[in-house]
Amino acid sequence: MKRRIETPLTREDINNLKAGDMIELSGVIYTARDAAHKKLLELISSGENLPFDIENQVIYYVGPCPSSEDRVIGSAGPTTSGRMDLYAPKLIEMGLTGMIGKGQRDKEVIDAMVKHGAVYFGAVGGAGALISKSIKSQQVIAFEELGTEAIRKISVVDFPAIVVIDRYGNNLYDIGREKYAAKG
Amino acid sequence: MKQIHINRIIQCVEKLCMDSNYYLNCDIYNAIEASIKDETSENGRMVLDILLKNADIAKKEKIAICQDTGMVVVFLQVGQDVHIIGGSLNEAINEGVRRGYKKGYLRSSVVKHPLNRVNTGDNTPAIIYTEIVGGDKIKIEIAPKGFGSENMSALAMLKPSDGVEGVKEFIIKTVSQAGANPCPPIIVGVGIGGTMDKAAVLAKKALLRPIGTKSCDEYIAQLEFEVLEQLNKLGIGPAGLGGKTTALCVNIEFYPTHIAGLPVAVNIGCHATRHACAIIE
Repeated sequence: MKRRIETPLTREDINNLKAGDMIELSGVIYTARDAAHKKLLELISSGENLPFDIENQVIYYVGPCPSSEDRVIGSAGPTTSGRMDLYAPKLIEMGLTGMIGKGQRDKEVIDAMVKHGAVYFGAVGGAGALISKSIKSQQVIAFEELGTEAIRKISVVDFPAIVVIDRYGNNLYDIGREKYAAKG
Repeated sequence: MKQIHINRIIQCVEKLCMDSNYYLNCDIYNAIEASIKDETSENGRMVLDILLKNADIAKKEKIAICQDTGMVVVFLQVGQDVHIIGGSLNEAINEGVRRGYKKGYLRSSVVKHPLNRVNTGDNTPAIIYTEIVGGDKIKIEIAPKGFGSENMSALAMLKPSDGVEGVKEFIIKTVSQAGANPCPPIIVGVGIGGTMDKAAVLAKKALLRPIGTKSCDEYIAQLEFEVLEQLNKLGIGPAGLGGKTTALCVNIEFYPTHIAGLPVAVNIGCHATRHACAIIE
């Protein structure tokens, strides 16, 4: 069964999300990959404001394809989240409650998720054409010079994802693999 | 001497760039479809179903299957009786990539310098491998390579005493460590032998061999079969959510090597391992 959830994503919302839950996310979310994360962390360390208020927000790790005249956005599936591991704990500490990507996270990220309250959603890697259909608008709000890696404010309706790591540290990648690994 | 103008090469590359990014090759589509009935994981079946739907949308709407439209790898076979006119061959390939990626609304994913990291803005340059062969044709195979899977690839200079068991172990370790990152179910390209660089290129070429075609060497064909079985016992499954379908195939290419060495390269391709080919006559 799919659960419909909306952004902003409060700590209360995420307390009820468990690894393995299928969700459909609606509302405003922000895109950022490693190049943008690096710049966000530079802003933080120099005491400047971030381009958006990160409290209770969700970041989608994606660098979309360009959009043709008749589309909101090009193909837009998740990129590998591990490249953001260096930067994610600080953002979680500052109030980020959701991340969408694909692939394993490191211990520091999971520790920060458990400590401060955040959830990691998996979107299906390589399903960028299908996922693009749930994106209804996009606007570059920072680091335009990064091209596809710029930070975009996007609005999504019923964006399909699955809770991979919940705020309690349960990890579907580990649970699923353990369950289906052939013994002996 | 057959003359081929570079404009034909540019047009050909432009079209192949777009086609390869829009249309999932039917061997992969069919293999995903066939794997659904054997997949025991519910999440796994759901992901496989999404991948088919995604490929259908990309084909129908002519948009990229995946937003990572890759760095373009080109395998060229140029007949020795061909005379290319109108300009440089490599420039023509890059111009084709430039045009195809712009016209096709494909992502520019290449940075000019690996450390300074400024995007070139047109997805060039391509990685070009040129082989001179007999005849008077040019064969162009385009393989845009995404880096989710490329980053999980690995190479080892094994000892001859490590033997076939060492090779198996290295392939399985590489796929196991990759987990969900390379977008499983994956295609596993393996190069064994040659030098360090030769093994890597063989592994890349192995990704282009269609699913279901065995190595022409019986011993290697058996190895492909055994490794695939082992990989699908890892439990990683579609999108890494758990399941039986971790790899769709293992393709191994090999080459003579030095008495002191046993190079092995594993190049992982995602479920959208893209390639398209054309011959200019």
